[in-house]
Amino acid sequence: MVATPASPPAPALRPLVGFLLILVALLGLWEGYKLLGQSTGGTIPFTDVNLPVRTDDRSLPHIWEIVGSILAPAQRGSEEPLGLVLARASFVTFREALAGFAAGSTIGILLGLAFVRSPLVERGLMPWVIASQLIPLLAIAPMVVLWAGRYRLPLWIAVAVIAALLSFFPVTVNTVRGLRSPSPTSVEMLRSFAASPTQELRKLRIPASLPYLFTALKVAAGASVIGTLVGELPSGLPDGLGRQLLTFSYYYGSGPEKLFAAVLFSVLLGVVFVALVGLVERLVIPPARRVQS
Amino acid sequence: MTTVVTIKGVDKVFPSRKGADTVALRGIDIEVASGEFVSLLGPSGCGKSTLLRIIGDLLPPTSGQVVVNGKTPAEARRDRDYGMVFQQATLLDWRRVLANIELPLEVAGQAPAERERRAREMLDLVELNEFADHFPWQLSGGMQQRVAIARALTLQPELLLMDEPFGALDEMTRERMQMELMRIWQQTANTVIFVTHSIPEAVFLSTRVVVMSPRPGRIVGVVEIDLPQPRQFETREEPRFFEKLVDVREMLRGAEE
Repeated sequence: MVATPASPPAPALRPLVGFLLILVALLGLWEGYKLLGQSTGGTIPFTDVNLPVRTDDRSLPHIWEIVGSILAPAQRGSEEPLGLVLARASFVTFREALAGFAAGSTIGILLGLAFVRSPLVERGLMPWVIASQLIPLLAIAPMVVLWAGRYRLPLWIAVAVIAALLSFFPVTVNTVRGLRSPSPTSVEMLRSFAASPTQELRKLRIPASLPYLFTALKVAAGASVIGTLVGELPSGLPDGLGRQLLTFSYYYGSGPEKLFAAVLFSVLLGVVFVALVGLVERLVIPPARRVQS
Repeated sequence: MTTVVTIKGVDKVFPSRKGADTVALRGIDIEVASGEFVSLLGPSGCGKSTLLRIIGDLLPPTSGQVVVNGKTPAEARRDRDYGMVFQQATLLDWRRVLANIELPLEVAGQAPAERERRAREMLDLVELNEFADHFPWQLSGGMQQRVAIARALTLQPELLLMDEPFGALDEMTRERMQMELMRIWQQTANTVIFVTHSIPEAVFLSTRVVVMSPRPGRIVGVVEIDLPQPRQFETREEPRFFEKLVDVREMLRGAEE
């Protein structure tokens, strides 16, 4: 068959087309909002009510200015574009987030297994697990950095600890849910031919928990990026995205588009991380099961 | 005929916090001989599924004695004397049909080659060879239940325990599955204990129907079904089949009064 210009895109391309359409719509909305504000002098049309976000170039820079700042040199007297600096900082942050994510997920899975094995442990520890999520991150981050310094641990470990603190929680909760997801009859079925508790775990509970686990791992991946950024602020780590965010917020007045660029890179980092986990999920869980869940 | 199952004076009480304990079973006595097909028939709440689970060591009796092949149910289960089929097929949806049937063999620690050979034999028995590589959700409800039966029989258990296995199927599929089960039973010569609340199903399949009644769950009588073997499609149309239906129905009604 000869492809005609009007033929619908191949199924594999459809998500990409959808993504691009939404991207164009968002960019249009951004610039359209600016245009609206500038034509009415910052108020909602036909009223005196101010628009919720101001539309001047300092509050809301043009998209091309943000893109331009990414391509322009980061500092005077330097050839390096801001994009490269931010990409390098993102990579540093990614490594820390990955360490935190790995530690947090491991702890989460182990806690989940322990909770399912012993309701007593679950009842004893669950309140503390929940409490751990209510600690104000901004308050505890400097303490963790100080503690790490006292034991002469590298600073990135302190940052990873904060990322782990945020990421272990969803993994714990969903591991428990997933391991408990098989129906009582499925458990009876295995017991009817004398499966041991270990076999019950390996052949039934763990495979059944995987879709739940991967949902949690995606949440944890995003959370670990947030944790890392928050952790980087008081740590004084010079190489990560956190420092870049801090610097550009100081100089927001003279170059707002640079902070927007840094925010864009933080978001992209989270998206890429979550997408990577999704990729692993596709490798681990056969397509037949994904259709169902 | 050797006795496979002996049940003597079995009671089952589910304690409740409010003090109003539920007596699920009271004073149950049954003997099942090798090669028999015994149905436990009764309305909901008569304890028939509870009794099946006590025989299969999935629930302990409150009092009384159960002997399976001269052993306690716990020993019989450890020796893998049971094959169980439930109302839900409980196939693992991440395993293909063949791998689902291999599951008991895997648990029993058999070698992969032997597992596959045996699982294919079982697929042959339930006539689903072409579906070995399908996933469970690609099969109809009746086919899923046939896979569950194949899985229950892979370890060549002494005793097949079935808990309303066709309860979730439509009437037409149900009658076809009953024929299928009769054919399998003839071929394997298993002892079967079959829980159902369908009178025609119990009469068609069984050599004996144990009629039960609720509150408290107890046996009200046993009807011998001496219809000729093998049972066939025409069996359901014979006058003697109707006589047996009436016998069982009368017994159930007698229990209500």
